[in-house]
Amino acid sequence: MAVLQYREALRAAMTEEMVRDERVFLMGEEVAEYNGAYKVSEGMLEQFGPKRVIDTPISENGFCGLGVGAAMNGLRPIIEFMTFNFSFVAIDQIINNAAKIRYMSGGQFTVPIVFRGANGAAGQLAATHNTSTESIYSTFPGLKVIAPSNPNDAKGLLKSAIRDDNPVIFLESETMFGMKGEVSDAEDYLIPIGKARIAKEGTDVTIVAHSKSYHIAMRVAERLENDGYSAEVIDPRTIRPLDIDTIVESIKKTNRCVIIDESNPYASISSEITFQIQDRAFDFLDAPIKRITAKDVPAPYAKNLIEYYMPQEEDAYQACLSVMYAK
Amino acid sequence: MAKQTKSTSPRKTTPKRKPAASKAAKSNDSMNVVPDELSFSATFDTYPAGKYTHEDLGLSEDQVMGMYRNMLLQRRFEERAAQMYGKQKIAGFLHLYIGQEAISTGTATAINIGSDSVITAYRDHGHALALGMSANEGMAEMFGKVGGCSKGKGGSMHFFSKEHGMFGGHGIVGAHVPVGVGLAFAHKYKEDGGVAIAFYGDGAAGQGAVHEAANLMAIYELPAILVVENNNYAMGTAVHRAFGQVEFSHWAASYDVRGSVADGMDVFAVCKAMQDATALAREGKPTMMEIRTYRYRGHSMSDPQKYRTKEELESKKNEDPIIRLKAYLLERKITTEETLDSIDDDVKNEVLASVEFAENSPAPDLDDIYNDVYDSREYPFLA
Repeated sequence: MAVLQYREALRAAMTEEMVRDERVFLMGEEVAEYNGAYKVSEGMLEQFGPKRVIDTPISENGFCGLGVGAAMNGLRPIIEFMTFNFSFVAIDQIINNAAKIRYMSGGQFTVPIVFRGANGAAGQLAATHNTSTESIYSTFPGLKVIAPSNPNDAKGLLKSAIRDDNPVIFLESETMFGMKGEVSDAEDYLIPIGKARIAKEGTDVTIVAHSKSYHIAMRVAERLENDGYSAEVIDPRTIRPLDIDTIVESIKKTNRCVIIDESNPYASISSEITFQIQDRAFDFLDAPIKRITAKDVPAPYAKNLIEYYMPQEEDAYQACLSVMYAK
Repeated sequence: MAKQTKSTSPRKTTPKRKPAASKAAKSNDSMNVVPDELSFSATFDTYPAGKYTHEDLGLSEDQVMGMYRNMLLQRRFEERAAQMYGKQKIAGFLHLYIGQEAISTGTATAINIGSDSVITAYRDHGHALALGMSANEGMAEMFGKVGGCSKGKGGSMHFFSKEHGMFGGHGIVGAHVPVGVGLAFAHKYKEDGGVAIAFYGDGAAGQGAVHEAANLMAIYELPAILVVENNNYAMGTAVHRAFGQVEFSHWAASYDVRGSVADGMDVFAVCKAMQDATALAREGKPTMMEIRTYRYRGHSMSDPQKYRTKEELESKKNEDPIIRLKAYLLERKITTEETLDSIDDDVKNEVLASVEFAENSPAPDLDDIYNDVYDSREYPFLA
């Protein structure tokens, strides 16, 4: 194990896969000469040269479409979005081309491509730069969606995403790029896509939370522990496909569930997880499922408002007490 | 080719802006970043109808006869498809290529089928058949049968054939053009000598995706050719109503790539334009090409065509690319009326057989709905 920043873990994953497979290349805005807008790709131009680490103009639709074509024609592109907010100008390429070409061609063409970059809120950036996109992309069959919460998962899942033969949306976080954590340096460290991680075992309430929200969940679990309650924390890690089996097994044990998700709440990941739980484990629930999400508004700029907009640890804590009828 | 260099500036003196601007920026006179005059030069080639013989293109008489048969196959295939649409054997949207066959056949003649890549929009039957997809696979696809090129999953707008380097058949106007540039990117990356050709209609020329693609093709010096099949109408909107610059080949200058324009009613003009463009593309010199053509049928089967006059349509039918080639073949005594008649019979039979094939091909199993979404059927679909 080595201690790496989240960005370094991503870089390690890309670097290892590019060494392993000549067909893998990295393309995006400022990935090469600038060394990455968030320094994720620092040093990669030097290591791999301009053929495989490629700067683009600000032209997301164009270079995402280019990635899709390159993938159809035998390559394995990694397309970096500076942030996923900018993926919306390229969403046609992702939804209509990347996700559907295998199907529309009767399986003749595959699109092994990774679209990766920062997702979700990152402070006082206001409405256009704070979007959580996982519920949008997860709705489309043909895509896989991954949102790791820590450096180790980031590395193992990105390596798996690059080797996957399907288009993968890989959601990182501006506010987590500097986060440090133990990362496996095992050769070929691959975490399977679609497997949740039970981050903390417990018996009284299940908290489901991915990406940044996972860290809220762990703090809430610690507070509950101090109160004498045992929370189980599940990090789905992959949003599509969702490891609902692991969540349902946990609820059969705890009979209660709180979901923390920084997406806007309407038709979101928390909605979907809630549906699937009631579908599979209705008789095991001792309380209605609760969710803590971003507010149902565009992200605001003002410091107090954006803080209020985000899922609150206190709300999550109170929700856990509530589903345990502990207050 | 008719080589031309045109300048929109009456005073064509200075070279391109890029070096001039950077020099100015470095000079002491920081105010002087705008030179006294700007020049704007564009290099393009023209390929008029009637200019080229098959010998000029290095084509044998057998090849030309093959081209004729191929164009006729596309025509008869689509006439039959329209009939099958009327009989409700084909559903959804059906966009006919009738009138534009010289473009698909001229291109297929000029490229290395299978190792070069072709991608187009939803008016895709002609390109697929020109590249060698069988009428059976095409007709069965439109019938929604498993014998179709995409196993009945794609329909008329989504003809794919990996074997023939046919990368679709795409339904969203203009969205496939960056994908085409990506095909070229892969050819360059793999150093396999391949060229990618992306066709789109004049309607797509207004889409941002096309312009982003053109720019990327230029800066990465890709072995790519972007081809606008200008049939004058984007659905019902005439070109002059949709574009400030209706000379599409001039757009190439904006991306600092070669432009060209070919007459799409003459298969030899198209073939020559493609021969030149592919040769240059293989050297990393991309082209933006306009091919002027005419679509004899409506945009789709539901089009009442009130945006054009019957007189206009009739006048264009005199330029029919198949009639033109037929006249060429007879005039030069390459073939006889009798032989052409027998080719026509042969093609009609092939198309009729494709209808029978499509009728007899089974519909997909319901369970097949889950196939080819992901690489594995093990994916936990919600049910």
